[in-house]
Amino acid sequence: MQFMLLFSRQGKLRLQKWYVPLSDKEKKKITRELVQTVLARKPKMCSFLEWRDLKIVYKRYASLYFCCAIEDQDNELITLEIIHRYVELLDKYFGSVCELDIIFNFEKAYFILDEFLLGGEAQETSKKNVLKAIEQADLLQEVRHNYFL
Amino acid sequence: MPAVSKGDGMRGLAVFISDIRNCKSKEAEIKRINKELANIRSKFKGDKALDGYSKKKYVCKLLFIFLLGHDIDFGHMEAVNLLSSNKYTEKQIGYLFISVLVNSNSELIRLINNAIKNDLASRNPTFMCLALHCIANVGSREMAEAFASEIPRILVAGDTMDSVKQSAALCLLRLYKTSPDLVLMGEWTSRVVHLLNDQHMGVVTAAISLITCLSQKNPEEFKTCVSLAVSRLSRIVSSASTDLQDYTYYFVPAPWLSCKLLRLLQCYPPPEDGAVKGRLVECLETILNKAQEPPKSKKVQHSNAKNAILFEAIALIIHYDSEPNLLVRACNQLGQFLQHRETNLRYLALESMCTLASSEFSHEAVKTHIETVISALKTERDVSVRQRAADLLYAMCDRSNAKQIVAEMLSYLETADYSIREEMVLKVAILAEKYAVDYSWYVDTILNLIRIAGDYVSEEVWYRVIQIVINRDDVQGYAAKTVFEALQAPACHENMVKVGGYILGEFGNLIAGDPRSSPLIQFNLLHSKFHLCSVPTRALLLSTYIKFINLFPETKSTIQEVLRCDSQIRNSDVELQQRAVEYLKLSSIASTDVLATVLEEMPPFPERESSILAKLKKKKGPGAVSGSELEEGKRDGGELNGGAERGIDAAATIASNASTPSPSADLLGLRSGAPAGTAAPSASSLLVDVFSEAAPAAPSAVAEENFLRFVCKNNGVLFENQLLQIGVKSEYRQNLGRMYLFYGNKTSVQFLNFSTAVTCPGELQSQLNVQTKPAEPVVEGGAQVQQVLNIECLSDFSEAPLLNIKFRYGGALQNITLKLPITINKFFQPTEMSSQDFFQRWKQLSLPQQEAQKIFKAKNAMDAEVLKAKVESLARRSTPPPGVCGPAGHVPRLRCCSIFTSSALPFDAEMVEEKRDVYWSLVNFTLSYHTCELSSVFDFCSVTLPFLAQRRVTRWSVCAQLAVREPNYTVDSVKRGIAHRTLRGLTPTVFPISSFPRVSEAGCSQTRFPKSKGEFTKYSNPYNSDLR
Repeated sequence: MQFMLLFSRQGKLRLQKWYVPLSDKEKKKITRELVQTVLARKPKMCSFLEWRDLKIVYKRYASLYFCCAIEDQDNELITLEIIHRYVELLDKYFGSVCELDIIFNFEKAYFILDEFLLGGEAQETSKKNVLKAIEQADLLQEVRHNYFL
Repeated sequence: MPAVSKGDGMRGLAVFISDIRNCKSKEAEIKRINKELANIRSKFKGDKALDGYSKKKYVCKLLFIFLLGHDIDFGHMEAVNLLSSNKYTEKQIGYLFISVLVNSNSELIRLINNAIKNDLASRNPTFMCLALHCIANVGSREMAEAFASEIPRILVAGDTMDSVKQSAALCLLRLYKTSPDLVLMGEWTSRVVHLLNDQHMGVVTAAISLITCLSQKNPEEFKTCVSLAVSRLSRIVSSASTDLQDYTYYFVPAPWLSCKLLRLLQCYPPPEDGAVKGRLVECLETILNKAQEPPKSKKVQHSNAKNAILFEAIALIIHYDSEPNLLVRACNQLGQFLQHRETNLRYLALESMCTLASSEFSHEAVKTHIETVISALKTERDVSVRQRAADLLYAMCDRSNAKQIVAEMLSYLETADYSIREEMVLKVAILAEKYAVDYSWYVDTILNLIRIAGDYVSEEVWYRVIQIVINRDDVQGYAAKTVFEALQAPACHENMVKVGGYILGEFGNLIAGDPRSSPLIQFNLLHSKFHLCSVPTRALLLSTYIKFINLFPETKSTIQEVLRCDSQIRNSDVELQQRAVEYLKLSSIASTDVLATVLEEMPPFPERESSILAKLKKKKGPGAVSGSELEEGKRDGGELNGGAERGIDAAATIASNASTPSPSADLLGLRSGAPAGTAAPSASSLLVDVFSEAAPAAPSAVAEENFLRFVCKNNGVLFENQLLQIGVKSEYRQNLGRMYLFYGNKTSVQFLNFSTAVTCPGELQSQLNVQTKPAEPVVEGGAQVQQVLNIECLSDFSEAPLLNIKFRYGGALQNITLKLPITINKFFQPTEMSSQDFFQRWKQLSLPQQEAQKIFKAKNAMDAEVLKAKVESLARRSTPPPGVCGPAGHVPRLRCCSIFTSSALPFDAEMVEEKRDVYWSLVNFTLSYHTCELSSVFDFCSVTLPFLAQRRVTRWSVCAQLAVREPNYTVDSVKRGIAHRTLRGLTPTVFPISSFPRVSEAGCSQTRFPKSKGEFTKYSNPYNSDLR
């Protein structure tokens, strides 16, 4: 996977993860272009499209679009399920996740993503294991915090 | 659990985010942000040391601001400080900031690397993972340098926690992708491969991505992974959905791992070991079987995961392309998906079938779905799905269904989306040509194409139809009739007028018998379109008119009337005016015979690859338009597309892509013969990448040398200094040539008053005709301008024309004079001749001035093969294809001469070894003056030819009618002497002269009038033709 973008129906970028080195300018250009392209598509259309030399896989959850760019030989359907699994993880962690959770706890959204995907590849696909890792980290924070207090 | 983290601690951050969200306008948001930035800055600069919590909060705010799309230029140091905090959340935020806002400040990088090193050594798995995530997210070269050797150790160490192993594997993958040279697996290879056997599914899932990437680059070293992958896959495929616990996803066991395993296997050919292969085939069959089972869940996630594995398995089956049974089953499975209610599945089925269509085993099976695919093309609501359907139709097309498919594509074109029209037009044109059984169908199809989608019909398409009509006399009458009918339409596309004008001009006589299409009616029909057309089309029509005068003398007066009217003969466009004047003159003074000769029908075009195919390839890139037909074409690359045309393309590419050397540069033949290790010294130059020939540093000294280099080649860098680089690309055909000069400004400052002039000194003036348009007066910094020279060889010549360039650079006037690399051998043409004929001619050459001889020493041993190549290279490249001999007695002339080189010369090894004397003769290098040049040519093979013909002994006259000349090279030897003789190459072959420029040869207009008669001027620009 080359990158993943989360954006709202209004086109506001909520999360961006780049797995290939690009300049900030390029990132902005790509984001603008893709957000526009994806938002222009109608609901019943297929979730895949060719864009430059990449394949875009996207899916809408409530007000948020999840959008991944994969390479030619990558599998579209499994990428769709990567998106779904990520949504499940967020949902489980925040308890029925909504866009606001991701806005106010953006750093958590990044941490969960890092546990799930690393370098653009699935690192751990078990929901339990990912959440366990995050949970441990939260506990660690809790303990240290209390200790200092 | 969530309650622990949500909103915890960083209240200030939440308040700030709320503030931003409440901003009513962009300006208000920016104001709020600037306020916050000022606040953070003062906090960071303040005297009071900040505690970890505040630091974390501010760094987090900065990160938020950055992610909103604003620039952040401070805070890195504070983030780095957080890395060494012993509080986990502070460390975590520090790492996140570093990962998102990478900074190349070397001092910072040192600090970051130190912090990472400490965490990696901490043996605390949570910290280690954080550090590894950071490396994987940043993935910079510096990090690779620091950690590439450490991470494999962590990955394979026995006591590493599973979660750390997972991170280490993917971290290494990222580093390998950015800096493959720094990641050396070596001793770790086998242990990494064995991670496929790890008990922990997560470790396998992570490791397999690394192994797949490494296998692609070093398949040999990693090939043991195949059997491991097969057995792992087999275990997963045969497991019950509950066996794998949390790795089962919506009743599908380990879908991600399965896909990755199948993907890894696609890096290798089918396993050789029978048992392994058997097991794999079993797996693939099980996967195909499962697709038929009723779904275990109605959720889309279940079907997606299941089908993801299925598609990956089909990709593997296609990759192997060796199991007919599996291929056909795959095709049937996809066929079911074609009508699935999920758009996604229909899309993927169409895409995947496209590749199946190119396998001989499944092509027929794919074809059975034609009706479904056609209906997809018509009814799919999503354009990207329709596009896939069109691709598939193209891929499954063969002789049996071509008519149906082409008809469907044509009817689809009427309503097709604008975005895909041009590509569709190309595809239709290719299919129509490729599978045409009768050419009347082909002509109908293309004319329909122009009618329906005229705007999207590129030049290549209509050139091609004309090439085909001219080459096939069985279709000419039909073409004339059809095009005549098509022109009847009240509004017809300009491309139709072009085709119509061309075809009626050539073959209008074939339908003139019918009173409904009498000559005058034809003419009036064409002329009724004239005023609506652009200048190039009008120019073409004028040529049609003069052809009409020849075909139908009865139209002469009408046409003369038209030519004579002010709107033609005084047209403000030079080309139109000149044509009108010349044609009028020609029609009034030339006798019928002369007219008939001059305006004779076009000769057939040489057969070659369709330029349309090349265009489609260029447009889509090789992979995109799959299908067996294109695969065929792809192998031929650009080679088949005659050299001349390639030149045009290349020139266009260079002109438009000057700053971004296109990856296709090699295809364009520009890199031919570039010696290794002679890269240009100046890296800043634009041209260097395109013309990879050596660019000398000291211009004046090497200008001469550069000139000599062009004796045997046509493209390269002619001149280069600190400011300017001049690249040359040229092509020659018979007595005509065209040269593209590319002036590259290497500086960042404009060149002003840029002007160039070409002069022919002395008698060269009457021997060579060089025409050009003035170059642009301003050359921007870093830009490149192009100038085209049209060259005509009138007689043999010895001097080279001079190119003078003047421009102002920063106030100083620069003045450069160079010799243009135009030498007589560019106009040589090889002839075929049997050895018998050859010797007969040879013996006739006995006059004193026809012989010369010289004995000289070779610097090194001579290699006959090398010499042969050199001699051949003196003539244009289009000569005998290497390794191909004609039928007996028709050995191409040049080969014939080189055969003499090796057999008839006293070339025995002994003599070469002992005396290093070499005897040589080259007949008809009239190039006495070229002594030095030719010797430079032979210097390449380390032989000096210091003499070469003292006098000009041959004359061949090149006048306008004589397009074919005899180049006469032969080689002979007379004992220790060499006879240097010449042949009189005076077999005047009259080339058919036609007023039409030829379509095929890249604008080499052959419209030439007998110069000797003196009545007619030449075209001002022979290349300014109707057809390029």
